[in-house]
Amino acid sequence: MTELFHPALLPLAAAVFLPALPDGGRKFLTVAVPLAALALCAAGPHGARGGFEFFGHELSPWRNDGLSALFACVFSLIGAIGAVYALHEDRAAEQSAGLAYLGGALGVTLAGDLLTLFVFWELMALAAAAIVFIGGRPGSAGAGMRYLMMHLFGGVLLLSGILLRAAETGSLAFGPMTADLGSPAAWLILAGFLLNAAAPPLGAWLPDAYPRASVTGAILLTAYTTKSAVYALIRGFPGAEPLIWLGAVMTIYGVVYAMLENDARRLLSYHIISQVGYMVCGAGIGTQLALNGAAALAVGNILYKGLLFMAAGAVLHVTGKSRLSELSSGEGSEGPLWRKMPATAALYLAGAAAISSFPLFSGFVSKAMTVSAAGETGAALPYLLLTLAAAGTFLSVGLKLPYNMFFRDSTAAPKAKEPPPNMLAAMALAAALCLLPGLFPGLLYSVLPFPTGYQPYTAAHVVAALGTLGFTALGFIMFLPRLVPAPSLSLDTDWFYRRGAASFMRFLHGPLSRGAEAARRFFFGRLPAGLARASENPRAFLGIAALSARLYFSTPGAEAALRERLETALKSYPGEACSYRPVGSTVLWVILFLAGYLALYYIAN
Amino acid sequence: MTEPVLSLTQHIPALLVLVPLLASAIIPFSPARLRRAGGTVALLANAAALALASALAVETFRLGRVTYNFGGWAPPWGIEYAVDPLAAIMLLLVAFVSFAAAVYSRAAAGAEIAHEKLPYYHSAGLLLVSGLSGMIITGDVFNLYVFLEIASLAGYALIAAGRRRDALVASFNYLILGTIAATFILLGIGYLYMASGTLNIADLRERLPHIYHTKTVLTAFAFLMVGFSIKTALFPLHIWLPDAYTYAPSPASALLAAAGTKVGVYAMLRVTYTVFRPEFNASVVPMKTILLVLSSAAIIYGAVMAIAQKDIKRMLAWSSVSQIGYIVLGAAIASQYSLTGSLLHMINHALMKAALFMCAGLMLISTGAEKISDLRGAAARMPLTMAAFTAAAVSMTGIPPTLGFMSKWHIALGAVEAGLWAVVPVVLAGSLLTGIYFWKVIEPAYFAAPPEGHIPSGRGQAPDTPAPFWAAAPAAALAGLGVLLGLAAWTPAAGAARAAGELLLK
Repeated sequence: MTELFHPALLPLAAAVFLPALPDGGRKFLTVAVPLAALALCAAGPHGARGGFEFFGHELSPWRNDGLSALFACVFSLIGAIGAVYALHEDRAAEQSAGLAYLGGALGVTLAGDLLTLFVFWELMALAAAAIVFIGGRPGSAGAGMRYLMMHLFGGVLLLSGILLRAAETGSLAFGPMTADLGSPAAWLILAGFLLNAAAPPLGAWLPDAYPRASVTGAILLTAYTTKSAVYALIRGFPGAEPLIWLGAVMTIYGVVYAMLENDARRLLSYHIISQVGYMVCGAGIGTQLALNGAAALAVGNILYKGLLFMAAGAVLHVTGKSRLSELSSGEGSEGPLWRKMPATAALYLAGAAAISSFPLFSGFVSKAMTVSAAGETGAALPYLLLTLAAAGTFLSVGLKLPYNMFFRDSTAAPKAKEPPPNMLAAMALAAALCLLPGLFPGLLYSVLPFPTGYQPYTAAHVVAALGTLGFTALGFIMFLPRLVPAPSLSLDTDWFYRRGAASFMRFLHGPLSRGAEAARRFFFGRLPAGLARASENPRAFLGIAALSARLYFSTPGAEAALRERLETALKSYPGEACSYRPVGSTVLWVILFLAGYLALYYIAN
Repeated sequence: MTEPVLSLTQHIPALLVLVPLLASAIIPFSPARLRRAGGTVALLANAAALALASALAVETFRLGRVTYNFGGWAPPWGIEYAVDPLAAIMLLLVAFVSFAAAVYSRAAAGAEIAHEKLPYYHSAGLLLVSGLSGMIITGDVFNLYVFLEIASLAGYALIAAGRRRDALVASFNYLILGTIAATFILLGIGYLYMASGTLNIADLRERLPHIYHTKTVLTAFAFLMVGFSIKTALFPLHIWLPDAYTYAPSPASALLAAAGTKVGVYAMLRVTYTVFRPEFNASVVPMKTILLVLSSAAIIYGAVMAIAQKDIKRMLAWSSVSQIGYIVLGAAIASQYSLTGSLLHMINHALMKAALFMCAGLMLISTGAEKISDLRGAAARMPLTMAAFTAAAVSMTGIPPTLGFMSKWHIALGAVEAGLWAVVPVVLAGSLLTGIYFWKVIEPAYFAAPPEGHIPSGRGQAPDTPAPFWAAAPAAALAGLGVLLGLAAWTPAAGAARAAGELLLK
């Protein structure tokens, strides 16, 4: 019965029984269960286990190879760190949902077939939506619902693709599908994956939902959904060329929005899209170096993005503020926030250094792999975009955010102090894990899916990285006076245009971001509102739609009468949805059916 | 072979029908004190029926087929009871749901039914179970009609027991349509007898293929199809259903929605696959296309109408119209996968809809909520009921890892396999719409603040009363079962696959 010890079942079972336990037991389990799952994933023998026959399809829910074990271990690890971070809270529902979320992510990662993958995929969506729902921030419930709707839609795409694929190939095995991109099945599966990877224009759910989760819940959200999608892309679509371009656009898209954003946690959320872009791009390039790079980036990103969210969350926890314009208001009197929260500020900076790929941090040794791979394959424009996005990352997450949050004089939080020790401990642990691979890259490289002899610390790499970072910092300092955060998302950005590729940036800011904004307004504003209106009385709604269509195509003579009918219909909408039906009409139907059947049968014979 | 000594185990098939029948007769004719304990009598009889059905199911899956000759008369002279895996599953399902409904009714039916009517309500419930079991178990088409009438009459009485006067109108409408249906079925059976000279299902199966193309047989089939379409409430002959389920007492709605329509579908399957053979549908009559179109329309139309409802029970009733569409769709595609999915969806819909109607009853009892708008903030006041409602809704929607996902997955896979591409979006879109109409209940219950001074539509200003535990327990158990059966899907799926395989035998 080895399949009983499937790592995903452990957190799922714990999630079910958790609410029945006392507070202490719950907290113990939230930390212990991810650690146990980590041990299971790390120690588990490689290969597929627990396979069984399911109506002619071979299912293998536990495939433990280098790639899946790596992701599963890091998922478990951040689960434990997130639990330590949340130890001061007593939120049974969130603890339970968090464990279920971890279970879903582990199940997706270890799934050797598409049906198992789908089951855990949906479970993950439910658990994540629950975490957003109970976030307790303004707008949490609405965001949770939008999150759920979006992901159920993605689930339908994925399921359709899986069904088609099962019918086409007769197999549910989850392996590389890049060669099958001629068929709609693979495209549907790819679309399902990309929705979870927050690829535009299907990615607006991410910055919508994550900032509205609680301080503690957001940590898990940043780790599982997008990174498990990255895993699925690495596994399922290595070398799919469209992903190179999509990934490159994502890196810029995310970073541009991050530049413009005022809320700290929303800024970081947008920036996730940019980071995932690197990984999507790596999966698209598909060489061993690129796939290694994507996996290494995902691992590093889970840790440093978690760290950044933890630090921003700590500030929110202590001050109750998350908007940069509020945090940096009232110059001069109280001194900057970092004096009151020095440890938090230092730990944030460690995460920022890692994400901006400072040498000696994990981001440097992983991001360089992906960018090198893009360079090696001769994809010049993606290479340029990735480098540009790296500068933007440093600018937004490494300079703008910490400057406004920690280093400006402000009166925003007179009573601020360090967060509870468990929060600091969790951040310190994550920071250590960001530093470790930077100092000893061999450690990270030894667990990557493909053997690599990659050397990150060559003179060229270090100089290039420091050069990019240095010039970005220089630009930041020069334009500092113009970087006052405004509450209305109206950061003056023309300084950005001047830095090369001017027209391209203008395109990104203009049509592209306007289009994305319009798409977001449509999908999250007008579409749901319209559907809600239609659902009040679908039949009358269809009648009105038909009337409008007739009016549109009508001759001038009939127009007035139609217009009048339309106005009456609109005035009485929604009215009573269901009228009392006499049975007489049904009897008529019965007779019609009998006559119809008889006629058909006689004709057919 | 020696004639075995009279033993109870041998007579399980007969007892399964007789125990509820006798119990239902005992209640109204007993002295007043025993009559007041009608709920207990019904509960005991249902428990006995459940035990019998379980034993019979085990036996059937072991032996493959169990037959019983009523009165010792061998068919085709006597009436034969025949149990194959499909019948065993259905018997167990009916017995289980009616047992759960009996637990609920004993604890809480008094909240919706006048005190003096209660014994008769319990009696009618038992009569329904007896009729439905008889319909499933019988191997004789005329007997099928007799049990259909028993079940129908009990159904009319149950609906009329509702606390509003509308219940009488709903029951009357159903009576008219149900009688037309029963008459059509009887006519169909009569024509079959005329053409073949037998009423035994196994005999009909042997004799009919020679006379498939005669006008008598074709006419018989047309009458049977229309009759069963009314009984199963297949779109567009579903008009009786929304009113009936809305105005019936909640436990009666649970029983009728869960067991009543399912047995109608079962009888339809029996007629189309056992009395007639699969090739009759495939080559003689163009039923497949018609049923595909009708059931697809049912899925979408029922779900859209459910979205439009403001009344909780009416929403659930329209949802039934949509879900029956799924069951018929799977049966119409007629492949191993889709039929398995169809049977799984019968199980899923029976368990979940019973749980949902019980929840609707609990909502009425504890907060007086009848309209969806009364449920704002209700989750805090009745956490168990809302949790059960949500779990059942998840399974109805078909989100993994519930049983509802397994059934829809099989139906969709069957459609893909059969190359019916147009059906796949219907299955998926129906699922999404299902999610929407349940969300319209779950969202206000969990995420809206309870309104100040709001008077729920189902009751005056009476204060909240906690629902009796034994009324909430069966609802929670049924909803939990949907998740449990989804997690251990291979058990029901293997049984359903075997039943489907036998139905499809040429």
